[in-house]
Amino acid sequence: MPAPIIKVDAISKSFGTFKVLDGLSMQVMPGEKLALIGPSGSGKTTILRILMTLEKIDGGHIQIDGEQLYHMERNGRLLPADERHLAKMRQKIGMVFQLFNLFPHKCVMDNVTLAPMLTKGVARAAAEKRAMQLLDMVGLADKAKAMPAQLSGGQKQRVAIARALALSPKIMLFDEVTSALDPELVEEVLNVMRKLAAETDMTMLLVTHEMGFAHDFADRVLFFDRGRIVEEGKPDEIFRHPKQERTQGFLKKIIAAGHRV
Amino acid sequence: MTQWSGYLGLILQGALVTIELTLMGSVLALIMAFLAGIGRVSRFSIVRALATIYIEFFRGTSIFVQLFWAYFVLPFVGLSLTPLLAGVLALGLNVGAYAAEVVRGAILSIGREQYEACTALNLGRWQGMRHVILPQALLVMLPTFGNNAIELLKATSVVSLISLADLTFQAQVVRSQTGSTLMPFVSVLVIYFVLALIISWGVRSLERRMARGLDGVRV
Ligand SMILES: Nc1ncnc2c1ncn2[C@@H]1O[C@H](COP(=O)(O)OP(=O)(O)OP(=O)(O)O)[C@@H](O)[C@H]1O
Ligand SMILES: [Mg+2]
Repeated sequence: MPAPIIKVDAISKSFGTFKVLDGLSMQVMPGEKLALIGPSGSGKTTILRILMTLEKIDGGHIQIDGEQLYHMERNGRLLPADERHLAKMRQKIGMVFQLFNLFPHKCVMDNVTLAPMLTKGVARAAAEKRAMQLLDMVGLADKAKAMPAQLSGGQKQRVAIARALALSPKIMLFDEVTSALDPELVEEVLNVMRKLAAETDMTMLLVTHEMGFAHDFADRVLFFDRGRIVEEGKPDEIFRHPKQERTQGFLKKIIAAGHRV
Repeated sequence: MTQWSGYLGLILQGALVTIELTLMGSVLALIMAFLAGIGRVSRFSIVRALATIYIEFFRGTSIFVQLFWAYFVLPFVGLSLTPLLAGVLALGLNVGAYAAEVVRGAILSIGREQYEACTALNLGRWQGMRHVILPQALLVMLPTFGNNAIELLKATSVVSLISLADLTFQAQVVRSQTGSTLMPFVSVLVIYFVLALIISWGVRSLERRMARGLDGVRV
């Protein structure tokens, strides 16, 4: 059995006096597609942001691909990670945000090529060639020269996915990537994600309120509540036969709110 | 009539000096503004402290005093400047201190999500600043930079105090030589005003050029 690519060990995180994550542990296997679901404020975004090093942890350990994320091993001792170590670890991880976070002053092509050129020293021609492949994959090859402001929300999000993929991360984090979109634009983004899941062996962690999509997409579903994983299992187990009361309650509310499961 | 044109020539010579001071002073102010403005948001406290001292010092003392120091005091420490250079130094450092706060404010006005995108794409701090934050912040700075440049233009007249023959100085010369007050002072009024107009117009067209295609910004 291969080693887990993500190993979260008893991490805690507070904002002020509010404990968002409380001794959270989880493991993700290479290539696994994971859906994180749960009520608002349960810490789903926070755990993704922690994995992307956008948020510090107060306690615990995280291993990515066999290496400590927030610590460095020096002479058998664990020290807090410095900026160089974090930069090295970030190469393994990419993230797509709810609000896209495209660079508004750069055209689509430059959005995608900027990071590979700067962080990996890829030559412009090679970076643009790869960007065209990725834009083609997300169905936006004809928008390479467009500015973000000229794109629809769905198109922006597809660019953001291509931009993250351009760095070839082993792990991709998706935080409610369709929840800021008009309903008719959701599907085009989900289609890209389906394609990614089918065609690559990337490890993917997805926070979503699209239960139907989570069901089809995920190998495993984690149900979060109040900073803990209350229940986890195969999509069918979680969505059809939830064992925990809180999971049942949450799913009932979601279905009542009109979401398809 | 020919006499008037001779005097007008003097005034135009003064205008050239004023333009020269404004351009060179603005270049120095711009450099200082970016150094100190970026220094103010540095993660190194010593850099932040140096930037703060510079800004507070030059905003807290008057341009006259700064000019006198540049011209009369610096020679005592072995640095003798021409009147022009002393003027450029005082004006550039003074206006640069104000503009540094503009740079800092503009950097801080860029949303957290842009910084986070930089981190997620593994850009270094300086790479993100240079390629993502500053280009967007520049658009925020430009209108105020335009005001700063006009302030600088108006402040150039202080150099007449160290006998640099700028526009204001030449107007005084013409006045004392002709006894006429109206002609020289109307001319300098018009010239300052036209120069200021040129600056605003230039900055505004630069703004329009840079704003093209950007999210949520007037084009
Ligand atoms: N920077 C912050 N400062 C203070 N509190 C924060 C901060 N970020 C998140 N929180 C709080 O932490 C809690 C968990 O937030 P988180 O965003 O992880 O929840 P979530 O599960 O993603 O919820 P949602 O489904 O609404 O996106 C929330 O109560 C939120 O208000
Ligand atoms: Mg969230």
